Amino acid sequence: MTIDDFLVRALVAGIGVAVVAAPLGCFVVWRRMAYFGATLAHSALFGVALGLVLGFDLTLGVAVSSVAVTLIVVLFQRQKLIGGDTLLGILAHSGLAIGLVVLSFLRGVRVDLMAYLFGDVLAVTPMDIAWIYGGGALALGTLALIWRPLLALTLHEELARAEGVPALRVQIAFMLTLAVAVAIAMKVVGVLLIVSLLIIPAAAVRGLSRTPEQMAILAAAVGAVSVVGGLFASLRWDTPSGPSIVVVATLVFVIGLAVSAVRQRA
Amino acid sequence: MATNSEPLIRASSVDLRIGRTQILSHVDMTVGSGEIVTLVGPNGAGKSSLVRVILGLLAPSGGEVWRKPGLRVGYLPQTLSVDPVLPMTVRRLLALAGTGSATKVLAEVGADDLTERALQDLSGGEFQRVMLARALLRDPGLLVLDEPLRGIDLGGQLALYDLIGHLRRDRGIGVLMVSHDLHIVMAATDRVVCLNQHVCCSGAPEAVSRSPEYAALFGAAAARHLAVYAHEHDHAHDLHGHVVKKSEAAAGQ
Repeated sequence: MTIDDFLVRALVAGIGVAVVAAPLGCFVVWRRMAYFGATLAHSALFGVALGLVLGFDLTLGVAVSSVAVTLIVVLFQRQKLIGGDTLLGILAHSGLAIGLVVLSFLRGVRVDLMAYLFGDVLAVTPMDIAWIYGGGALALGTLALIWRPLLALTLHEELARAEGVPALRVQIAFMLTLAVAVAIAMKVVGVLLIVSLLIIPAAAVRGLSRTPEQMAILAAAVGAVSVVGGLFASLRWDTPSGPSIVVVATLVFVIGLAVSAVRQRA
Repeated sequence: MATNSEPLIRASSVDLRIGRTQILSHVDMTVGSGEIVTLVGPNGAGKSSLVRVILGLLAPSGGEVWRKPGLRVGYLPQTLSVDPVLPMTVRRLLALAGTGSATKVLAEVGADDLTERALQDLSGGEFQRVMLARALLRDPGLLVLDEPLRGIDLGGQLALYDLIGHLRRDRGIGVLMVSHDLHIVMAATDRVVCLNQHVCCSGAPEAVSRSPEYAALFGAAAARHLAVYAHEHDHAHDLHGHVVKKSEAAAGQ
């Protein structure tokens, strides 16, 4: 019975994260923000350390650090002396490094570093699931609200701005939504693999999609399938759960590429 | 300007500096309803910057831009494609843009056969038509087109000229067009504004429909759509585009 319980919890948590990550990941792919996603994810370890040191929920800690990173990126967009990719690299790795250093000071607490880096979905608690579904509903709700203006900005930023889309507000809303998604995804795949849940399902179905909405829905399905496949593979062969999910997603991506190549030739 | 035309947008003494570079100085320009104004000038003359100031994308460093209250602006940027990483059909693009009838606007721009096509598969001319249809969905009072003819073959250019003329007549909208070409502007243009950091001159274009060179180049039917703008300068420009007296420029050469 307990085996079933933890498996059910893992499936519920994993599918929840995949379904939230996929449509957001589509925008990450469309807007070429994969590196921003990686920055949020890597610096999330700083959030974990923050949560442990100050003694509040780790998901909240990650959310706080992600929001801070988002705001720093937005503020630095105005200056031109440090390139955007350089800034993201600095934030990503300083966040990761500071997080690791702070964690090493916490001798009293037993810290399972691997779980933060690569996820430990088989150990999710009902509280984690509550975070995932609460945060996920918030993220998807926000995305639904900004869907049209964000799509217009993605299509052509100047055109959208000329038509009165509040570009900065919509962009910040999207980045914060992404921060929430990163915070809830950390439990499942860990900070080093979060970006894969965002971009691999989206990229897998690009060749099969004709509209943005179609791509988002198909990506969510691919994400969910990857979670289910990865979890069963993890149980069957005793492989780490987070990486197994990512490996399955990558297989689906390769199959997706092959299918769209065959379709194009036909 | 057409005599019964009501002003839609007016730039008064607009200055634009970016860093230490003066992009625009003391530019005055008006576009009225039912009027086609073409902005011409050499590369780097500030045409696109002026358009961006008028659209509200850039704040002028000096002067002001007045817009008729409630004016809706349709904008056709200088793009002929969208990033193929984003899947998008013509139908979906129009559905996302507004609530009007996509079929009607596509028919209006002669692109009703493109409805189910992916944006990435369209030619430059087809893409421009679709973007024009998208702009029309918003029922604009003013249409701003930034070099709409760039990257389009001649046949497509003439068809687009024709289409813009029709839209002006049928819908009574004002049109502001940017052209990179100093010599070829639309016969239907009511006014040409020649810009080189400042407004060099503006006025009605001189029709050249009967010019044998154009007839020979583009065919008699096509030549009817073309006009040459006689560029009369009361001053000259040096290599940097600065205004100098004619005698100085002559002496320098």
